[in-house]
Amino acid sequence: MSFISNYIYYIGAFGLIFIGLYIVLVKRNLIKVIIGLSILDTGINLFLISIGYIRRGTAPIFSKINIEIARMVDPVPQALVLTAIVIGVAVLALALSLAIRLYQHYGTLNLRKIKDQRW
Amino acid sequence: MRKIVSLILLAIVALGIALCVMNIPFGAPKTKVGNHYINKGREETGAANIVTSVVLNYRGFDTLGEVTVLFIAAVGLSAVLATRKKKVEKEIEPSSMILNTGCRFLFPLILFFGAYIFVHGHLTPGGGFQGGAIIASAFLLTYLGCRGRRVSERRIKVTESLSGLVFIVVGLLGLAVGGQYFLNNFLPKGILLSLFSAGIIPIIYIAIGFKVGSEIAGIIDKLMEES
Repeated sequence: MSFISNYIYYIGAFGLIFIGLYIVLVKRNLIKVIIGLSILDTGINLFLISIGYIRRGTAPIFSKINIEIARMVDPVPQALVLTAIVIGVAVLALALSLAIRLYQHYGTLNLRKIKDQRW
Repeated sequence: MRKIVSLILLAIVALGIALCVMNIPFGAPKTKVGNHYINKGREETGAANIVTSVVLNYRGFDTLGEVTVLFIAAVGLSAVLATRKKKVEKEIEPSSMILNTGCRFLFPLILFFGAYIFVHGHLTPGGGFQGGAIIASAFLLTYLGCRGRRVSERRIKVTESLSGLVFIVVGLLGLAVGGQYFLNNFLPKGILLSLFSAGIIPIIYIAIGFKVGSEIAGIIDKLMEES
């Protein structure tokens, strides 16, 4: 039990990452593969955030003058994830636009039927 | 067959990652770098939000690179989608009066809220990236609600280019005035927790807010045109 309560965020984050990887490897529909990439992205963001967490921590913002400095969480992973989320949205849109073009060219989204995309 | 191979592969990867992650303690005290930013960040940058001071002051050059990645993704999207030129005039059913009025009523309020978020980026949770995403959501609302209304593509491009230019020019001014490094915080720091504080951080965050907002609005515009 203590293992789960100690590592609950890591377990959740890697659960999301593995669900995303499984979808990317197994599914045949291109839209589902893109959804899998998005889930993978979310899992990586959650993992980065949970590395910087400290127990009973607060946000690293001095909203009041007398605030406990020792309880503040690490600001560096939060700063990285802040930009990574917005970039994730843009890259997702780029992938969807490529999917639109593929559909217009081949008339299908099934990766088995597209000759160059089969593996 | 494919599923079994994938599951075996995932199991191997999971075992490797579990052996590594076991050694990272969860909830333990922070690294040296994070401690330095929290203890010294207020004096060195003047921003009350330490995350903002990390994004725009300690790692400002990195943020410029990330904004560039966002720009390249937006440009790539318009390059992929803009190959065909024939415009088909579709019959759009106009939205009902309640939807139309509600969207037009909410649009300036959402813009105002987004501007509030990125102007106060150095004091409260929020900043240019989040405020830009809120502004883009206002454009998404008009595209979904008041159908047939479009933002002009040229205005989006001008806003995007100008705000990107402001970022780089402020950084070069820091190089010219302070003479130490790119994105040097050369303006006075001001009093902690006041609106006009933290030197160049609010200026750059306003520029990032406009840039992210116009880029995501442009992406939404392109994808709505395609639908």
